[in-house]
Amino acid sequence: MNTFRIGGVHPEENKLTADIPIQVAQRPKVAVFPMGQHIGAPAVPVVQKGDKVKVGTLIAKPMERALSTCIHSSVSGTVLKVDTVVDASGYKRPAVYINVEGDEWEETIDRSKTLVTLNEKPDLTPESIIEKIKNAGVVGMGGACFPTHVKLMPPPQFKPEWLIINAVECEPYLTADHRLMLEKADEVLVGVKLLMKAAKVSKGFIAIEENKPDAIRLLSQKCVAQYPEITVVTLKTKYPQGGEKQLIDAVVGRQVPAPPALPVSVGAIIQNVGTAFAVYEAVMKNKPLFERVVTVTGKDIRKPGNFLTRMGTPMSQLIDACGGLPDGEIKVIGGGPMMGKALVNTEVPVCKGSSGILVMSGKEARRKDIQPCIRCAKCVGACPMGLEPYLLATCSNKKMWDKAEAEGIVSCIECGSCQFTCPSHRPMLDLVRMGKQTVMGNIRARQMATARKK
Amino acid sequence: MANKLIVSLSPHVHSGDSVQKNMYWVLIALVPALLCSFFMFGVGALATTVISVVACVFFEWAINRFMLGNPKCTVSDGSAILTGVLLAFNMPSNIQPWIVVVGALFAIGVVKMTFGGLGCNLFNPALAGRAFLLISFPVDMTTWPVPGHGFGSYLDAETGATPLATMKYAFKSGDPTVLDQLPSLHDMLLGHTGGCLGEVCALALLLGLAILLIKKVITWHIPVSILATVFVLSGLFHLANPVYANPLAELLSGGLLLGAVFMATDYVTSPMSKNGQLVYGVAIGALTVIIRTFGAYPEGMSFAILIMNAFVPLINNKFKPRRFGEVPAKQ
Repeated sequence: MNTFRIGGVHPEENKLTADIPIQVAQRPKVAVFPMGQHIGAPAVPVVQKGDKVKVGTLIAKPMERALSTCIHSSVSGTVLKVDTVVDASGYKRPAVYINVEGDEWEETIDRSKTLVTLNEKPDLTPESIIEKIKNAGVVGMGGACFPTHVKLMPPPQFKPEWLIINAVECEPYLTADHRLMLEKADEVLVGVKLLMKAAKVSKGFIAIEENKPDAIRLLSQKCVAQYPEITVVTLKTKYPQGGEKQLIDAVVGRQVPAPPALPVSVGAIIQNVGTAFAVYEAVMKNKPLFERVVTVTGKDIRKPGNFLTRMGTPMSQLIDACGGLPDGEIKVIGGGPMMGKALVNTEVPVCKGSSGILVMSGKEARRKDIQPCIRCAKCVGACPMGLEPYLLATCSNKKMWDKAEAEGIVSCIECGSCQFTCPSHRPMLDLVRMGKQTVMGNIRARQMATARKK
Repeated sequence: MANKLIVSLSPHVHSGDSVQKNMYWVLIALVPALLCSFFMFGVGALATTVISVVACVFFEWAINRFMLGNPKCTVSDGSAILTGVLLAFNMPSNIQPWIVVVGALFAIGVVKMTFGGLGCNLFNPALAGRAFLLISFPVDMTTWPVPGHGFGSYLDAETGATPLATMKYAFKSGDPTVLDQLPSLHDMLLGHTGGCLGEVCALALLLGLAILLIKKVITWHIPVSILATVFVLSGLFHLANPVYANPLAELLSGGLLLGAVFMATDYVTSPMSKNGQLVYGVAIGALTVIIRTFGAYPEGMSFAILIMNAFVPLINNKFKPRRFGEVPAKQ
């Protein structure tokens, strides 16, 4: 069975919600839309206080001449204010607040449940598909939130050969993608076809880890019957298989070189399975991206579940729907346990990249005491990028930036496998992150200096 | 808000591995060899091991407490216990207790704690302790008891030659018939030969290797590269001139297995990358054969490992893991 070739770890899977069907979450009373929900420049609000909006109304347009995308309202009601909101990390970010009144949708959105296939829309061209994706504000739903339309238009010197759908969901606990594949298989497959057409590739792969046998079976059957150009690839369960570079290596056996090379330089375009579904809705149903599946889970959560949630819903509302937070010391994580962000405040709204909310309590919530490095080299064995985390951490700690750069610190994908595996509980990734940021700053400064000389 | 939210950077989960777990699994892997030694050499084996462990733990505790003023007790991490057991395994079972204590003081006090304690030492403490004793007390360290003679005897045990001494004598004298005095391979596998207390029973050490590999405490790279190198090199010598013992006898004799499985694989003093570990293993194997064949001492394992310990920083610098993107495409 295929998997990526360097490093990797296997955390306890804890997919507590794999068998729980997606429920529709209650609409919030006030929905909050941060303007920076994607990689790149924040969107620019196009509504003002007092404006009436419907579900699907454009509330922010992409910043011009920048990597950016638009944002739509997920609720109907009145704009309360254009202000700031404290995000997951505790920073204030610009945001639009909407008071929810009823549930009135834009008329252009097709709310029927009937499946629309490509045969019914023969006039779709790659350009028109990309235009619709762009106007619907679709971004990568795996968590990185890279605007999808940009990814589908690689620089002209690159020729994509394959579209790889990332359905590995390698983060423990999360099941949003898994449930989506089981419950919306036909829509997902049409979405994959649309993405293939937009990227002008003739071969598609859907990569799923072997811990989701029901999804593999269902999608394989459908592909064999209807879409022979799409292959379902079963991968060995291993973290971080969902990393773009690792996934390409696992599926087609090619490795993307160190930055600034892109996945498309080896011929692959990667899209998340949730993105494929969003693309289906955007193109076939005219529905902008304003809701997504969010897994709410944790060992001490009374009723964990998967929720189809409108963007802007406070996370605390979802947690309450699952029976509330347990007592005592807890850690609330936006995303999975390996790469998710610990929240400073549970009122932060669900955004385009919110794949899950994980609550850890008691002992689990705290880090263990740090012991000396015993040079066991387990971090070296676990690093999926073939780096030496212990060395990078030491370089960062001692501010040896040039050495850190030479040792490839910018290639780090911050997956956390090193720290996960360290028997001495050393905070390696904390240090490497700091070093990586400094080194990247140094590289930029150098580039600017040479640019000035010319 | 009723709850106190804890915030830290990812990852938020851990494998559950710990320093203690690794150390205790190595100790468990050493139990078969200790039991065998007890059956072969009687109470002396047990007594020497206990003295060595107690001395190592005491010196680590005392140095931490009185010389470094470190309030945190580092004894519980299990590394001092492990050093104690390994030091004892490298001595004859009938050695004087005070020599054991001196060895422990050198191993823990000089080789480990002066460099900064766990994780900082350049040389393997147990092996450096053994080398120190071998040079300081050459007679006591090379007078080995005969296995299976007198279960209750300790310091007064009957002594005899080891297979390695026989091998050395064979090619010194140039007479291959001397090799007929070697114990059978069967005896060497079961430990029915003279030698240091932990090194004699090859079967028990291989069982220990299996435990370490199954529990993923170590990887195969170092032990396999050492054993393969010794097998190939001594095999070539044997083919060229039958005065040299056959390679299987070389593999099963002396401290080779103990060193390859438990000493060379010491985390702190071995290289970090897999290819570095292979280089390290091959060099140890080659040095062992060279010292055994051309050196003054019959056994070269411990010196080979100590010499290569000194090269580990260099190996770490030169042999890096293959980075992502440097691996050629499949198909």
